[in-house]
Amino acid sequence: MVKELLLSLLLVISIPFAQAGEAVPTNDDPVLEKRVMDLSEHLRCLVCQNQTIADSNAELAVDLRNQVREKLKAGQSEEEILKYMAARYSDFVLFKPQMKSSNWLLWFGPLLMLVGGAWLLMVTLRQRRKLQLQAPVLSAEEHERAEILLSDKKSAMPENSAQKNIGQKNIKDQS
Amino acid sequence: MKRTFIPLAVFVVLVVFLWVGLTLNPREVPSPLIGKPAPAFKLVQLHETNQVIAPEHLRGKVWLLNVWASWCATCLQEHPLLVELARQNIVPIYGLNYKDQREAGMAWLRQHGNPYILSAHDLDGRVGIDYGVYGVPETFVIDKAGIIRHKVIGAITLEIVEGKLLPLIKELNNG
Repeated sequence: MVKELLLSLLLVISIPFAQAGEAVPTNDDPVLEKRVMDLSEHLRCLVCQNQTIADSNAELAVDLRNQVREKLKAGQSEEEILKYMAARYSDFVLFKPQMKSSNWLLWFGPLLMLVGGAWLLMVTLRQRRKLQLQAPVLSAEEHERAEILLSDKKSAMPENSAQKNIGQKNIKDQS
Repeated sequence: MKRTFIPLAVFVVLVVFLWVGLTLNPREVPSPLIGKPAPAFKLVQLHETNQVIAPEHLRGKVWLLNVWASWCATCLQEHPLLVELARQNIVPIYGLNYKDQREAGMAWLRQHGNPYILSAHDLDGRVGIDYGVYGVPETFVIDKAGIIRHKVIGAITLEIVEGKLLPLIKELNNG
């Protein structure tokens, strides 16, 4: 047990080192390079769409990383660069989706559904309770009548089937 | 009674959405450049190395900008169509030779025919980035005012030419 725990702890600790296979920085300025890679994490590679341009070594990803590096060097802010990329490659390049009027439904749709569902549940429950309240309350007299009616039905049943049998017999006799 | 139809209706709506989703191509990212001015550039021509080409030289014309490269296999697929379009003199086609060696690009055109009035030589792919190019070939339709009106990602086909490009070019030329 202790051994397993230690092992899993070791695994957790090693996570930060597991990314060593990523694209290799090509610049000697480690601070700039870190900013380039951090920003690249937020940009989708359009050639291999589920990778960021930090993960990808597709030629376009390398070009875009160079573009990011150059723009950072020129003193542009992270936000400006994201805008620059989105203006050319559409919002699809942004791994962190933005909130804007065209995608409000995506952002708030689930909440809308939750509220709608809660409303539906409430209405249904209320209706059900109303029906229960409206259920007829029988007086003692009515109870008695109902019982007679119910028992009548029961006693009538065998009679009916007896008649049926007789009828069938008659038909058989005739043939 | 009405109530039992609600789950059915929800199911049908879901099926329709999923069905439409199946027919979409996730590789085709809608360009944010449509309806916007074609990004300016000034590039050396592929053949005439002492001359430049810029989109503003082409104001007043409806033209196609076709992004191509000698290393691009899909370009070869659409190339006969471009050659035919050029032969019929329907629309001026300008090429953007994307991340290609000059010699290789010129040899490719000698071998397969040259439908371009001229090609711009985008050696480092910088102009390509400005045009949001991520999968060569790509074709832009640019109107008389220099506005990008349409973009085809990937090889153009006869259906695209007849169904979309020719009607659009006609409309833009009349406008």
